[in-house]
Amino acid sequence: MIPARFEYYRPKDIAGVLSILEEHGDDARVMAGGHSLIPMMKLRMADVPHLIDLQDVGGMSDVEISAAGIRIGAMVTQHDIIDNEALASVAPILREAALQIADPQVRYMGTVGGNVANGDPGNDMPGLMQCLDATFTVIGADGEREIPARAFYEAAYMTAREDEEVLTAVTVPIPKGGYAYEKQKRKIGDYATAAAAVQIVKEGGSCVSASIAMTNLSDIPIYSEAAGAALVGTSVDDAAIRTAMEAMLGDIDPTEDNRGPVAFKKHVAGVILRRAIERAWSRA
Amino acid sequence: MKDEATTREERIENLKGMGCSRKRVEDARFTQGKGNYVDDIKLDGMLFGDFVRSPYAHARIKNIDTAAALEVPGVLAVLTAKDLEPLGLHWMPTLAGDKQMVLADGKVLFQGQEVAFVVAEDRYAAADGIEAVEVDYEELEVLVDPFKSLESDVVLREDTVDEAGKALDGAHGPRKHHNHIFTWEAGDKDPTFEVIDAAEVVAEESMYYHRTHPCPLETCGSVASMDKVNGKLTLWGTFQAPHAIRTIVSLISGIEEHNIRVISPDIGGGFGNKVGAYPGYVCSVVASIVTGKPVKWIEDRMDNLMTTAFARDYWMKGRISATKDGKITGLHCHVTADHGGFDACADPTKFPAGFMNICTGSYDIPTAFLEVDGVYTNKAPGGVSYRCSFRVTEAVYFIERMIEVLAIELNMDAAELRRINFIRKDQFPYQAALGWEYDSGDYHTAWDKALKTVDYDGLRKEQAERVEAFKRGETRKLMGVGLSFFTEIVGAGPVKNCDILGLGMFDSCEIRIHPTGSAIARLGTISQGQGHATTFAQILASEIGLPADSITIEEGDTDTAPYGLGTYGSRSTPVAGAATAMAGRKIRAKAQMIAAYLLEVHDDDVEFDVDRFVVKGAPERFKTMKEIAFASYNQAIPGIEPGLEAVSYYDPPNMTYPFGAYVCVMDIDVDTGVTEIRRFYALDDCGTRINPMVIEGQVHGGLTEALAVALGQEIAYDDMGNVKTGTLMDFFLPTAWEVPNYETDYTVTPSPHHPIGAKGVGESPHVGGVPCFSNAVQDAFRAFGLRHTNMPHDHWRIWKTANELGLHD
Repeated sequence: MIPARFEYYRPKDIAGVLSILEEHGDDARVMAGGHSLIPMMKLRMADVPHLIDLQDVGGMSDVEISAAGIRIGAMVTQHDIIDNEALASVAPILREAALQIADPQVRYMGTVGGNVANGDPGNDMPGLMQCLDATFTVIGADGEREIPARAFYEAAYMTAREDEEVLTAVTVPIPKGGYAYEKQKRKIGDYATAAAAVQIVKEGGSCVSASIAMTNLSDIPIYSEAAGAALVGTSVDDAAIRTAMEAMLGDIDPTEDNRGPVAFKKHVAGVILRRAIERAWSRA
Repeated sequence: MKDEATTREERIENLKGMGCSRKRVEDARFTQGKGNYVDDIKLDGMLFGDFVRSPYAHARIKNIDTAAALEVPGVLAVLTAKDLEPLGLHWMPTLAGDKQMVLADGKVLFQGQEVAFVVAEDRYAAADGIEAVEVDYEELEVLVDPFKSLESDVVLREDTVDEAGKALDGAHGPRKHHNHIFTWEAGDKDPTFEVIDAAEVVAEESMYYHRTHPCPLETCGSVASMDKVNGKLTLWGTFQAPHAIRTIVSLISGIEEHNIRVISPDIGGGFGNKVGAYPGYVCSVVASIVTGKPVKWIEDRMDNLMTTAFARDYWMKGRISATKDGKITGLHCHVTADHGGFDACADPTKFPAGFMNICTGSYDIPTAFLEVDGVYTNKAPGGVSYRCSFRVTEAVYFIERMIEVLAIELNMDAAELRRINFIRKDQFPYQAALGWEYDSGDYHTAWDKALKTVDYDGLRKEQAERVEAFKRGETRKLMGVGLSFFTEIVGAGPVKNCDILGLGMFDSCEIRIHPTGSAIARLGTISQGQGHATTFAQILASEIGLPADSITIEEGDTDTAPYGLGTYGSRSTPVAGAATAMAGRKIRAKAQMIAAYLLEVHDDDVEFDVDRFVVKGAPERFKTMKEIAFASYNQAIPGIEPGLEAVSYYDPPNMTYPFGAYVCVMDIDVDTGVTEIRRFYALDDCGTRINPMVIEGQVHGGLTEALAVALGQEIAYDDMGNVKTGTLMDFFLPTAWEVPNYETDYTVTPSPHHPIGAKGVGESPHVGGVPCFSNAVQDAFRAFGLRHTNMPHDHWRIWKTANELGLHD
């Protein structure tokens, strides 16, 4: 559990970060909280000759709430999310989800930006951000660009972010309606066996919009448009929920691991989604 | 010093002796980060060594190229088997009578096996050096299934066969196959089979007690320092048995024993993981001899889980017979024991399957037969007693599952089946069919108290209602009532039948009383968190009448502590605790003579009273132990040597047999496999209770490790022999989050042969807890036809059980 030798950088601004990235290309990685990257380096599974620590880069640790939406700086920690009352009042699903990530020690260091940027299918924030239709801001030598969360993930640890780009912020439209983040895990600190993020809008007893995303059930987070669509126009009764579950099961592609075989994961995914929908609907 | 003002009760209280919930004296340093563990030891010029480990479970080593590693800055040496061979140290003896490669000698037998030892200036350079060592492996067929191993043509251990490939005899007699290690039998085969064949009711079941690992918070490690000037080797390490390690090091290295000083500093949990001898210890010693500098070796978590001392891995097949009304008549158990690549079990020499022959449990079973076959496979060696006494966990799990299966066969309540088969109080001392003589017990009292406390009948009623509600579709949660009644066998043990590598399993205590009435006592055991410094001082306080706060307890330094066999198998209180009491009584006997001299009466005219000797019939005339201590150093007393010291080596006449009654109430979500423990009640009878608070802490810890094993903790391998659970992501170590509230209770049945009647408690909750948690899971599904399902009961396996019973849609 000793990493290979690496150079450590702690630039003061994003320009400094970008220049190191430009100089070293693939050999450089940025680090936010380090809770994904450092274990990989210690296991010598990630070879990072040049490690760029973002802790001293300013301007990425704020949560800004406006009518247009919520802008979360990449260096905002999971603990900051939980601790922010204003945020919890406009987007309570963020706190509900963050409380189910790892444990308090990890949440003090782990960041939203690192969680979404790393592309680990086990991370909770990517699915959550897909559910909320978030946009990720990345910056590179050619300036900033925006990438929708729903188009960000390509494969495990592969994303639409280029190697020489840095994810600086996550922008989330103010969520509407009822919400739920439901997660089954083996123990505290574990990744999800299955998790579901659900946001539902109810008008006059029927569902007018629903957004559903699943975590750790494929090599990327799964935004299941069909599952959400199955609820729209219904009273979210048992039949509608079953249709949504079926649609979701058609979108996920879990693999067997120590958490269990595929059949089990699919079954649990359905149960977890049902519970999330029921809870979100009850809050809508 | 006159203290008439103090009442007798206050004087007792001042001692903080036995029965007092004295706060742990160790905790002041542990809670402030002031402990001194092996990895805290830093010596001038100290080097760091670590292993190149095999990525393969079975492979021949064609070549090891160390040239590039030696070029890595900071790397000083790379040891391979070829370097150790001239010293005769490329293999080492195991505690089980087998031998084990220190560094891979031509082949590897398990993933993570030690192949080369890189010695460097620091652990960073060592890690870089490890990566630069080039090993050329030729993969061989992997055997991870012991049953397949026994049928395979592949010879795992070429050193154990003759030139024709025939298995040579092993340490425990003839071997049936080249991958077979031993057969061990207890009891009477033919009479048992006759009873079972003729029985009115027979229940049969096969069960796998999965491989797991003790996983102490502190991993294994050592620091060796060879002083070439005086020829003395000092070895600090995570040793549960420092004296035995000293003797082993002397035997295999040829260094005279007086020139070896072994020190176990603070140890961060052992649970059996730190009983055996590991290649890292040997390599740190050799590297220190080679370099002339101190060398440290510390495992990381993955090394620990993958390579040092697993536990369990028993495939158990049982048959239990009974009359129609439930009186058990016979028991047969066959075990296929997977020992991995080397037989490195830590058991007394004559017991290759430990005390598995306690598998008749708490029941009066007249006829029984046990047979155990040990098998080599391509898995890590070990087979240690994880928070238990030599396989008693396996034995208790086996019988407590067989009882449940028999209850199903008889269509009987499992609590009642236990009650009608318990050994009765009047039957003790009880001679069990498989050889042990249980010293004492009162099982019915404990069982009745447990069932009454939890309102057992009420629980069964609620459970039946839940089943009906489930069938009506009103709930998706089932309720399980887990029962277990266990009898431990601890305190190994009598030298007449228990030794390790020929060393009798006595233990020891040496006491020195200082002139001012305080004392130091040294023992042959070593605390790994048990709180010996607290509790042994309490035993002494009650025995010698000096306050526990004035008594220092010291363990773990072989240059100062008397010889003992260490701490594991709940043997510290039964054996060293007895030695402590006996040494205390020697102190008291001498103190009596001194008191009589000072009081100018005959020895027989004074008697001990709490903290003093008083003249019989004249309580105002007395000498306190403090006064006597001073007198022993400043008075010339005719016929009595100066000073006040004693030593006792205690060879127990028998084991002790703690017991307990546990009940677990669990709710199970059949759709997700998630379990929720609603209630856990643990009644322990460990005989005389030295420190109730420490006992309660032990019970909480043991139950938590039991919960871990029953509900998810395993060392799993894939077909290629890769460890699938090598980190704490997948190896289940419960946190406060997963742990329920525990209710503890007790009865007191003192051991009749132990000087203070104490029996040991540290492992009981693990032994009794595992079947209790498991039985709760299995009981939840009894109404739907489940007979038995194997642990660990993690979410997906519980889901699978529910699925196979047709409970999903």
